[in-house]
Amino acid sequence: MINNLPRRHFIKYSSASLLAGATGLSIPNIALGAVRKVVVIGGGAGGTIAAKYIKKSDPSIEVTLIESNKTYDTCFMSNEVIGGGRKIESIVHGYDGLKKRSINIVHSTASAIDIDKKTVLTSSGDRFKYDRLIVSPGISLKMDHIDGYDSEATKVMPHAWKAGTQTSLLRKQLLAMNDGGLVILTPPANPFRCPPGPYERVCQIAHYLKHYKPKSKILVIDSKDKFSKQALFMQGWEARYKGMIDWIPGTETGGGVTSVDSTKMIVSTDFDDFNADVANIIPPQQAGDIARLAGLSDRSGWCPVHLGTFESTIHKGIYVIGDASIANGMPKSAYAANSQAKVCAAAVVASINETVMPEPSYVNTCYSLVAPDYGISIAAVYRLSEDQSEIKSVSGGVTANDASPDTLQREVQYAYSWYDNIVADMFA
Amino acid sequence: MRLIAKLILLIGVSFTVLTVNANSRAEMLTATCIACHGENGNSLGPAIPRLGGMSRNYLLGAMLAFKYEESGQLNAAIESDPDLEDVEAFTRTSTIMDRIAKGYTDNEIKIIADYFSAQELFVGQQEINLVKASSGKKLHEKFCASCHEESGTSSEGDTGILAGQWQPYFLWTMADYLNGSRAMPKKMKIKLQKMIKVSGHESLELLSNYYANVTP
Repeated sequence: MINNLPRRHFIKYSSASLLAGATGLSIPNIALGAVRKVVVIGGGAGGTIAAKYIKKSDPSIEVTLIESNKTYDTCFMSNEVIGGGRKIESIVHGYDGLKKRSINIVHSTASAIDIDKKTVLTSSGDRFKYDRLIVSPGISLKMDHIDGYDSEATKVMPHAWKAGTQTSLLRKQLLAMNDGGLVILTPPANPFRCPPGPYERVCQIAHYLKHYKPKSKILVIDSKDKFSKQALFMQGWEARYKGMIDWIPGTETGGGVTSVDSTKMIVSTDFDDFNADVANIIPPQQAGDIARLAGLSDRSGWCPVHLGTFESTIHKGIYVIGDASIANGMPKSAYAANSQAKVCAAAVVASINETVMPEPSYVNTCYSLVAPDYGISIAAVYRLSEDQSEIKSVSGGVTANDASPDTLQREVQYAYSWYDNIVADMFA
Repeated sequence: MRLIAKLILLIGVSFTVLTVNANSRAEMLTATCIACHGENGNSLGPAIPRLGGMSRNYLLGAMLAFKYEESGQLNAAIESDPDLEDVEAFTRTSTIMDRIAKGYTDNEIKIIADYFSAQELFVGQQEINLVKASSGKKLHEKFCASCHEESGTSSEGDTGILAGQWQPYFLWTMADYLNGSRAMPKKMKIKLQKMIKVSGHESLELLSNYYANVTP
C-alpha cells in the first residue's frame, strides 16, 4: 500500500503512478468512472467523522455508514446525566445531518466481514461491497472477567460505560438510594475507554449525594494504582467532597474487584466483601465485537494499525479507528477518535485516488467536570514518530494544580462549548 | 527515479500534485482545531471564540502569544521571522490554548492562520437584549469605533472582529484585559479605562450585546 511507505517512498511511488497514468501504462481507478465505495462500521465519535470527512473531501466516493442504533447517546457528558446536571435527551443525537450530506445510513448490525469478497454482511441479511472499509465499533465489555457479572447482573449493577439505558439506570438507582447509603464504583484495568471517566463519575455522584444524601459515601475499588488526572481529581475531591470518597488502589486489594453477587449486592476483592447500596461495575474492555470477529484484533483484544493511516496491520484495505484501535500514544477518548478519523479519512481518500496524503496531525482535548463550577482538562498535540511506531505527544498537559477558581469555572464552560462543537462535527 | 521526476516536471504533472498537497495540508492541520472551534472556525459553543474571518495577522498574534507566553520570547520569535514583521503580538492568558499552541511549528501556525482568515465571518444565534445593544452602540462609537471599524465587523489594522463574537467569550476577554492578564495596545488601554471610569463595568455587557447583534 502506498500510504504505508515512509513519505519519501510514497512521493516516488505517486509520481511514478501519475506518470504511468499520463502515458497510458495503467489507468487509475477514477478514469474508469467506476464508483468507489467506502463502508464505515459504527456511527460514533470515529465513524461519523470518517464518513463525513471522506464525503467532504471527495464527493464522488460513495460512503455507507452502518450503525445498529437509530440514535447515538454520547458517552461524553453522560456522567453529568448521572449527577443530575443534565437530561439524557441532551446527549442523544440522530443521523439526519449525515443523510443530508449524501451518506447512506444503514441501521443494522454489521455481523461479518468477508475479507476476500470485500463485503460487509449485516444482521438484516444485506451485503455491502467496499473498496475500503473503516471499522469504528468502539469497545465491547469483557463479561467473563468478573465472577457473577453477566448481562443479567448489569441490570442490577450497571456499568453505564455505553451511554443510554445503562446511564439512566444508574441515575435512577442513585435517586432511589437512602441517605447514608454506600455507592461502590470499580474502575477497570488499562487500557479502557475514557481514562478519566470513572473519576469524573465519582465527582458527579458525589456532587449529587452532597446536596441530596449527604450522609452517603462512595467507595472506589480500583484495579490500578494510579489514574488519569489523578492529582487534580484528588485535589477536587478534597476541596469539594471531603470525607465522602474513599479510593482504594489496586495493590491494596490484590487487583480490584474479582466477583460480585448481584442478588445480595456484594462486591468482592480477593481480601474483602463489601455490601453496596448502588454498585457501578465497569468491567475490563476490548475492541468492539465486529473487529474481533473479523480477525482485526491481536492477542490484546485491540486492533493493531499503521499509525500514519490507521490501516490494519493484519488486513489491507481495512482501517480501524477510535477506541478499538491500538493508537500507540493516544488515549481512548472521543476527541482522539475524532482526530484519528480525520487522519484516516485523508489516508483513505489518498489511497483510493492514488494521491499523497499530507503529514498526519493529531490532537486530544478532554474535559472532566468535578463540580458545576469546577472543570479540569487534559490536552495534547501529537506527531507520528520518525520510525512510525508511536503517535508522540509534542505538547500538552493538564490544568495547572494551582489554577484559579476563575480558570476552573471557565473550564466548565469550555467543556460545554467543546461538546456543542464536537457533536456538530459528528452529526451536523 | 530522478529521470522520472524530471519528466514529470516537463509535463507539468508535479505542479498539480503540489497544489493539492498544500490544500490538504491546511485541511489536515485545521481539522485538529475544528472539533472545538467549529466548522470553518465558526464555533457553535458560546465560550469558544469564532475564528472565521479574523485577519491573518490577528490569528498569528494570538497563536504565537499562546505558544510563547512570555513577552520576551514572543517578540524574539516575531522579530526573527521577516514573514511576521506586520504581526503585533500581545501576551495573553488562556486555560488550554497555551498547552495546545506549543505543539505546532511557526510555519504550521501560519498555515492555520491563512486557513481561518480565508473563512467567512459568522454572525447570529445569540440572545440579544436590544435595549442594552442600543446603549452599547453609543459606547462603541465613543470609545471603540476609531480602531474597530465598520461596527466592529472589520479586521482592518488587524484588530479582532467583535461583531458576532460570542458574549461569554467577549466578556472574559475584557475581564482579562482589565486585570492585566492579557496585554493590549496603549491606545486601547486608555480608551478602555476611560470607558470604565465614565460608564462603569456594566458598559462591557452593553457592548457585548451590541457586537453580538451587529450584522455585517
